[in-house]
Order: sequence, then C-alpha cells, then structure tokens
Amino acid sequence: MIPFKFVVLWTDVALWTLFAAIAGYAIRVARHDNLRATWRRVLRDTPALCAAGVLLLFVGVTLIDSVHFRRALPAAEGQAPGKVFYDTRTESLLDLVLARQIAMREVSYSAPLGYLAITKQSVERDGQALREYPRLVHGGAHLADPASKWQADVWQRSLGGAAAGLAAALLAALGTTTLLARSHGGVGGAARAILADRTSYPVRALLVTTTLLFVCAGAVIALMGHYHVFGTDRTGNDVLVLTLKSIRTAFVIGMLSTLATLPIAVVLGILAGWYRGWVDEVVQYLYTTLSSVPNVLLIAACVLMVQVALDKHPEWFETGAERADLKVFLLCVILGATGWATLCRLVRAETLKLRELEFVQAATAFGVPPTRIMARHLLPNVLHLVLITTVLNFSDLILYEAVLTYVGVGVDPSTSSFGGMINLARSEMSRDPVVWWSFAAAFGFMVALVLSANLFADGVRDAFDPRARALRPRLAVRKPAAGG
Amino acid sequence: MFRYILRRLGYGLLILIGVNLLTFFLFFTVNTPDDMARLNIGGKRITQEQIDKWKAERGYDRPLYFNEQAQGSEKVTRTVLWERSVSLMLLDFGRSDSARSTDIGHEVATRMGVSLQLALPLFLLQLIVSVSFSLGLVYFRHSRIDFWGVVLCVLMLSISSLFYIIVGQYFFSRVLRLVPISGFAAGLDAVRFLALPVFLSLLARLGGEARLYRAMFLEEIGRDYVRTARAKGLGESVVLFRHVLKNALIPIITSAGAYLPYVFMGSLVFESFFGIPGLGAFVIEAISGQDFAIVRTMVFLGAALYIASNVLIDIAYTWVDPRVRLS
Repeated sequence: MIPFKFVVLWTDVALWTLFAAIAGYAIRVARHDNLRATWRRVLRDTPALCAAGVLLLFVGVTLIDSVHFRRALPAAEGQAPGKVFYDTRTESLLDLVLARQIAMREVSYSAPLGYLAITKQSVERDGQALREYPRLVHGGAHLADPASKWQADVWQRSLGGAAAGLAAALLAALGTTTLLARSHGGVGGAARAILADRTSYPVRALLVTTTLLFVCAGAVIALMGHYHVFGTDRTGNDVLVLTLKSIRTAFVIGMLSTLATLPIAVVLGILAGWYRGWVDEVVQYLYTTLSSVPNVLLIAACVLMVQVALDKHPEWFETGAERADLKVFLLCVILGATGWATLCRLVRAETLKLRELEFVQAATAFGVPPTRIMARHLLPNVLHLVLITTVLNFSDLILYEAVLTYVGVGVDPSTSSFGGMINLARSEMSRDPVVWWSFAAAFGFMVALVLSANLFADGVRDAFDPRARALRPRLAVRKPAAGG
Repeated sequence: MFRYILRRLGYGLLILIGVNLLTFFLFFTVNTPDDMARLNIGGKRITQEQIDKWKAERGYDRPLYFNEQAQGSEKVTRTVLWERSVSLMLLDFGRSDSARSTDIGHEVATRMGVSLQLALPLFLLQLIVSVSFSLGLVYFRHSRIDFWGVVLCVLMLSISSLFYIIVGQYFFSRVLRLVPISGFAAGLDAVRFLALPVFLSLLARLGGEARLYRAMFLEEIGRDYVRTARAKGLGESVVLFRHVLKNALIPIITSAGAYLPYVFMGSLVFESFFGIPGLGAFVIEAISGQDFAIVRTMVFLGAALYIASNVLIDIAYTWVDPRVRLS
C-alpha cells in the first residue's frame, strides 16, 4: 500500500506542461542554426547569463514545490480494512525538504536569528513575578547559555556553511574548467582564459554569481536548522519558509498569465492581419474596448465573479489547498483574458507586414489554403514577438500580483505570496518594536527574482530585436572573444 | 480635422456601449439583484418585502435584459440594462447601492478635485524629471554615468511600488517625522499631505520611464538631422535640447498620454495607502464593498477618459509636428 497519494493541482499541471514545452522549445533551438545563434547571443550577454543562473535556482524551487501529495493517515480502530483516509493537509516536496523549519513553529514574532521573543511576558521564577523576554521554543534552543554563546555559535555555523558553499562553488568552477579544457589547450589554458574573461561565453561572471549564491545559500542552510534565519511572523511561522513558498506563486502568476493571453492574442491577431476588412474591424473593436477599461477594475470585477462561483460550489474541492490553487489558476486566466490587447496589436501589425512578403505571396500563388498559410508561414514568424512579450511581461506580472493582493483581488490569503507578505508588512512596520524582517525577506527575494527576470528579458529582447541592441549602455567595445 | 475628431468620438461612443455591456454582463452573471439587496441591507433575517423595497428604490425591480410582459419596444426598454445604460450615457450616475446610498455624481465631483491635486503636479513633475534624467543619460552616453544610470533604472523598476510606499512612509513619517503618515486637508495644508506621495510616486516610476525615454532619445540621435546639426557646428546641448528633444516629443506624448486617465482617476494604491479621499480610494472602497453602481460608474468614466485622452494625444501630435494631418 502506498502511504500517500499524489494530488494534482491545476497550477501544477500547467507549470509542468509549461516547462515541458520549454524543454521542447530547447530541442527545437538546438536543431535550428538560426535560433541557436540567436540564443547564443542571449547567453553571451553577461547580465543575461548571470540572471539565467539565478532564475534557474528559482525554477528549481518552483518545480519541487509543484509536486503535491497527501499522506495516508494511520488506520483508525474499527475502520473498514482496505480503506485509507488521507491527511487533509496537502504537502509538496519542498515541504518535505523544509520539514524541520515548518515544524519549528514559535508562538509569535521573533527577530532573525533570535533566541528570544520580541515581546515581554510575565514569568514566575523563584516565587517572583518577572517581566522578561521568553526564550523561543525552537530558535536557538540548543544553546544552554545563549547570552554568551549565541554570537560565537551563529558565526561558527554561518562561516562553516559559507565555507561549504565556497567548496561547492570551487568544485563547480573546476568542472567548468575541465569542460573548457579541450578548446583552450588544457586545464591551465582554460583557467587563464576564464580568469581573463577571454571565453566565448562570460563564464567568469557566471562563476562569480554562482559562488555568491552558493556561499549565501550555504550559510543559510547551516543556520536554518537551529535558528529562524529571517525570523518568524505573527503566528510564529518561519519567514524563510514563507518566502520560499512565495516563489512558486510568483512563477505561476508570471508565467501562466502570459500563457493564457497567447491563444486569444495570437489567433485574433493573425486573423485580423490576414483577413483585414470586417474581421480586422471587429478584433480592433474588441481590444480597444478591453484596453479602455481601467485594468484593475476589470480584473476586480472578474475576480469577484469567480469568488462568488467558488463560494457557491464547495463540493468542487476536497481540500482547502485545492480551492486556493484553483483561485490562483483562475486569477491567471483572468489576467490573461483581460491582458491580451497589447500582444494582439503587435501580432496584427506584424501579420499585416508579413502577408505582403514574397514567401507568403508565393504560398498564395501555389494555392495553399489560408488556414495552412496562417499556421505554417505566419505563426512561426510572429513567435519571436510572443517570446519577447512573455519574458518582458513576466516581471511586470510579479509586481502586479503584489498590487492586486493589496487591493484585495489577488491570491487567496492561505496561499503564501509576496503580495500577501507585503500587505501584512504594512501593519507590522507600525508596531513597536518594528517587525521589519518579513518585509525585508519579501523585498530581497522579490527584487532578486524580478531583477534577474528583467535582465534576462533584456538579453532576450536584444538578441531577437536588432534595433533594441543599439540602445544598450556600453562602457567600451567588448574585445572579440578568443578561442571557442 | 474637425471631422476626424467627430469620427473618433463616434467610435468612442461605440466603445463606451461595449464597455457598459461588458461590465453589466460580468456583474450580473454571478449576482442577481436579490443577492445585491441581501448584501447591502445586511443583517441575518431579511424578508422578501425588504428586498423588494430595496430593489424598487434603486430600480432593480425589472427584468435584467428582456421584459416578457411589456409591449412592443418596451420589451427592451423596460429593463434594468436599458434604463441604467441610458442614464449612464446621459451622465446621470444615480445613487450608490450601499445602505448610505450616496449621490455618486456629487461624490465623483468632489473626489476628482482631490485626485487632481495629487495627480496633476505628479504628472507634470514626472514628465520633467524623467525627461531631464534620461536626457542627462543620453548626454553622457557610452560613459560610466550612462552605464550606471541604466543599471540604476533597471534596479529601480525591479522594485514594487508598494516597497517605495512602505519604506518611504516609515522613513519620512515615522523616523524623521517630516510629514504626516496619511490623511488629507483642504487648502494649502494639502501640500504637507501630498508631498510624500508625489515624491514616492515619482521615484517608483522613474526607472521605467527614464529607460523608455532614453531609448527614444537614442533612436532620434542616430538620425540624419542630428548629423547635419553637428556638421553645422552646433554644441551637444543645443543638439539635444533644441533638436532631439523636439523630435522625440511624439513618442513621449504617446507614453505620457497613456497616464492621462489616471490623472483624473487617481492612483489606486497611492491614494488608499496615504488616506487621500480621491477617486482611486473610492474605487477600492467600492470593490471591497461590491458596490455595483459605483464600480460601473468608474469603469464608464475610466473608459470615457481613455477615449478622450487618445483624442487629445492625436491633437497634440499636430501641435508638435506640423507634418501630422488628422484625417
């Protein structure tokens, strides 16, 4: 008997399909010289390559947070044999990894790496009533005399973790050097090339980024077993766990929302550009109408609509997690259904241009039916627009989620998200003492995610749109790369 | 040009009808007027009489889309959709659905003044600051200043506006105690309350706008007329301010004009964070209270402003570029 059962959430399916599609696209890129050259240009761009490294880490977290299951409960007495009941709590693989941190639940707020609560409590000691800061249940609980040992312990652990991270980074560097050894005439040559930044890809910058990441991650991992690295929130949950869980929400919103716009935007755009006439008029009318409504209001109206529908049908879900998940999924669909105007406009303009080109004219002359022309000749040629829009939208959507959650039409409060954390931070910042850590953690992770998404998107845009490349800020002309 | 504007406005009317239908449909597919009545009267025990009374007072007592019992054209006109739409088109916004049942038209008029006090200075300052910052970057192009300026822009646009607000409120109001945390006062006092939101909003949007404008200027700087100007021996600042700035005005107007509706509608987040009783805060209240009458009015107003600002943008094109003919 399997002691658990997999729970397939809507967003899980969507995310895994999406990553499979990206893998499929990667195979396509590898087969086409043209595409391969363009993507090489993306990876030769130093900020884009480093950002891709950081993004990969976030993607990893997202993926292990996207495998959900429910544990089987131990059979109760008098229960019919063969029938298994499952825990109402839905867990993901990430929860398994962070099981210890999730179990380390305090009573209420505590500062990062703290071993005391932040508010005083009355305790009785030796028959006397004292007002003092109580010890935390888990944070720093292994210290017998925290006042004297705490600092040394924190330093020891973080330095140890950082050293381990450094060692891992060095291993990675060594691996990269051996990989490059053949094209640079031996390991020594490769190492010199990397150090002097003479490799064809900016390997040095990538290695510096990974080293930084590994060192930080090492220190955090070494500390998180015994401390709350980013403190705890109002209900005593570890903020680090909350931030890590928020990454998936950000990814879901950032990727699925654009994905949801694609079918409408691309199909309508191509149809309008190809047929012109009244089809064009109708499509233009639709997107002008849609974009003339203030976006937040439109989304709010749709979200309220969905909310009512979900409230009316509690039988659709087995657990609260499924309900919250469907809400996120529908939010993405709504963001997609209300946000297709821009891409549609671009696709339409591009199609209008393409349909006059020789290869389309030739296809028409050979009697290729319109649907085939649209699918085989027009669609592949507007895909670069789709790609650019998707990566550029990604970071905007993550930022937008925070605003929507603040307005009250974002994700479910039970889903951890950056928007929800910021929303709570608003009242936390006016407490005394100031609870700044969950705000700071959300800030740090969100900026890291959005910034790397932006840098990567810029790299992609520059590679696919030659006009944008001229606008890059340059310090000096990059020396032509030597070697392979 | 007159005929062009007339045609644009006619198209705008069509769009307004579409917007109106869209909001109506979205709202009433899930809510029936009975649900609305229950929500707005509040309380546990609500009799059908109360509901009927509430509906009759607000004109929701007719069928939504089609009246079976009426005769002839009244089948369509004696419905909630028709009556509400016609009054909305005539700019008669009616009363809100909530128990207080405020006069929406009056509310919008007073709140719009407040929103304008925040948004108008912001709009102008935004334009000045972003354009001068990006012109500065272009002046120092291909140098360290340009490079780090763009890095700063990317960093700034990667930070959510909510962070600027929370940190700014904490730092300027709580720690330095320079300005009140939130609230609003009429008259000159308003400056104290508006200074911080204007400043933070400027910061929050500077990164994105400056980068956009920089790209526009750089596009212009590669043109032939710039080379001609330089060949004549004009200085770099004259080239930038006289020639490039003037020619880049069209894209700048396009992107700045997109903000025009928000000048009137107010910035949702900033108004509600700083407790400024403008239209943006009004919208948020209406959304959380599910007040359909207000939401519908604001959607209508927003769409109307969007259309109006698009026409204004087109007219502005003819001012900055005499070659543009509207036809």
